[in-house]
Amino acid sequence: MMSQPINSADVHKAMLEQQKSQDRRKMLLNGALLLLLLAAPFALYPVFLMKILCFALFAVAFNLLFGFTGLLSFGHAAFLASGAYTTGYLLSNYSGLTTEMGIIAGTLVATALGLVFALLSIRRQGIYFAMVTLALAQLVYFFFVQSEFTGGEDGLHGIPRGELFGVIDLSDNMNMYYFVLTVFIACYLLVQRIVSSPYGQVLKAIKQNEPRAVSLGYNVDRYKILAFVISAGLTGLAGSLKSVVFQLASLNDAHWHMSGEVILMTLVGGLGTLLGPVIGSTFVVNVEYQLSQGPLRDWVDPILGGIFVLTVLAFRSGIVGEIQKFMRKNLG
Amino acid sequence: MSMIFGVPLAVLLGQLLIGIINGAFYALLSLGLAVIFGLLKIINFAHGAMYMLGALVTVVLFDALGVNYWVALFLAPLLVGVFGVLIEYFLLRRIAGQDHIYSLLLTFGVALILQGVLTNIYGVSGLRYAMPDVFKGGFNLDFMFLPYYRAWVIVVALLVCFGTWFMIEKTKLGSYLRAGTEDSQLMQGFGINVPLLVSLTYGFGVALAAFAGVLAAPIYSVTPTMGSTTLIVVFAVVVIGGMGSIGGAIITGILMGVIEGLTKTFYPPASSAVIFLVMVVVLMFRPNGLFGKEA
Repeated sequence: MMSQPINSADVHKAMLEQQKSQDRRKMLLNGALLLLLLAAPFALYPVFLMKILCFALFAVAFNLLFGFTGLLSFGHAAFLASGAYTTGYLLSNYSGLTTEMGIIAGTLVATALGLVFALLSIRRQGIYFAMVTLALAQLVYFFFVQSEFTGGEDGLHGIPRGELFGVIDLSDNMNMYYFVLTVFIACYLLVQRIVSSPYGQVLKAIKQNEPRAVSLGYNVDRYKILAFVISAGLTGLAGSLKSVVFQLASLNDAHWHMSGEVILMTLVGGLGTLLGPVIGSTFVVNVEYQLSQGPLRDWVDPILGGIFVLTVLAFRSGIVGEIQKFMRKNLG
Repeated sequence: MSMIFGVPLAVLLGQLLIGIINGAFYALLSLGLAVIFGLLKIINFAHGAMYMLGALVTVVLFDALGVNYWVALFLAPLLVGVFGVLIEYFLLRRIAGQDHIYSLLLTFGVALILQGVLTNIYGVSGLRYAMPDVFKGGFNLDFMFLPYYRAWVIVVALLVCFGTWFMIEKTKLGSYLRAGTEDSQLMQGFGINVPLLVSLTYGFGVALAAFAGVLAAPIYSVTPTMGSTTLIVVFAVVVIGGMGSIGGAIITGILMGVIEGLTKTFYPPASSAVIFLVMVVVLMFRPNGLFGKEA
């Protein structure tokens, strides 16, 4: 028996077909998710959904750094809090400001802080990098505790939601929800764009083999600093949004616990995947909420710790990563 | 009374003393971290929890069984050390081949569990541990009063630090440890049981933390969360000292305690932040830390 000669054009065509069907599957999935998000506030409490979206943005921003660049920052709470406090303070004290100005200001402050962190920590790697960022964030935490504008232990309460562009009343939960959703989707697309751009490819190369990236002539430090700054800025944006949604900015946002939580969200969802952090934060926020309602209300922390241990031991690729593995194995 | 920069000498010396005592704790804790890092190449995020566990075990053993201070000084580190060996054997070993970041995350999870569970059992208000009778009273130095217990803490912490340094840098066992750090496969080839060495090192490192916990029990409030904030300070100490050197960890620990004490005297609001500020400065001028060796 003679085997069929392989026609390379056919192979190419088959590969294209496969790529196309994958793209189609992705489009369908994203479209379905979008519809779900648009319809969600009619079925579920909008403030709860906004909480998920804020944390999802936080995790997406964090994942850009940890998942795609391989830098584990243990200090991202500092950016979340600096965004939240800046926005909260400005909107509370200057009634002339429209909401989006306050949010932009918060984002810029967090971005600037991110640059400072990056310049100080970028020469360290791996766990050392994690320790430096953690210590820097603790310094920021003490600054917030001592400062007057943050309201110290009490935090900032009753931050006015105000009006978007001076027109749209954000005290209406539905308006607020669609605003948060718009910002979230824009940021998600931005990160998606960054990751698939040539710049994103260099980030991945750095993650996989830094010395090699250096020897190829890339100025690795500059790439890493830029990734850190973008990540910090988007995190600040999440914090700003959160302070407007809940009308509250507190030390909770700055505590190192928060830095740990975003790691958990990203890890559970799937490190280095686009959708992973979104799924992960949805999961963690829900777990926390459900537990806080039931008899296990005091056991949230140890249970989260358990999830941490389990994830690291048993499924490091996270929910999305494991699904991808499964699909690749079974659907080709 | 003599004054220095507008501060009474007695106050200054008092704060200096408190600084040295805090520094002794920092030294013990960062030493344990350095030992674990040396062989396992992981940052033990559960180190603060182990310190807390040492203090808590001391209090609980006393309340439940009347175990006295001197026994606790050996028993608590032993128990926590065994606990550490179990964690290494059942958890850390499973991810030995993975990126070191995962072991940091794993120990972080362990710390959350320990801290959370114990908070539910013992609350957050803090347990009291009575000062052993031997330590009541103190030396009356002319310029200040030095309680016996504080003097004891300084002496015994320094002795343990020096002993550990001596063991690692100067003995045969220490040379195995250091060789295991350099090339564990080669060591294995020479017939050294490296996995056992790794387990014991982790156990020893956390036992050092627990020992610090026992020392802390009579003078600090014992709460399930006492380790978490201390740990972050110790991280900063480790960054300042540099990871390469055991001796560096000890010296930096005491130095940072003193700096913290001095800041408390001259500018109290900055006292909780000063170590982190020092870290920033050190990172700018000596990114590898004061005693760091690695490039």
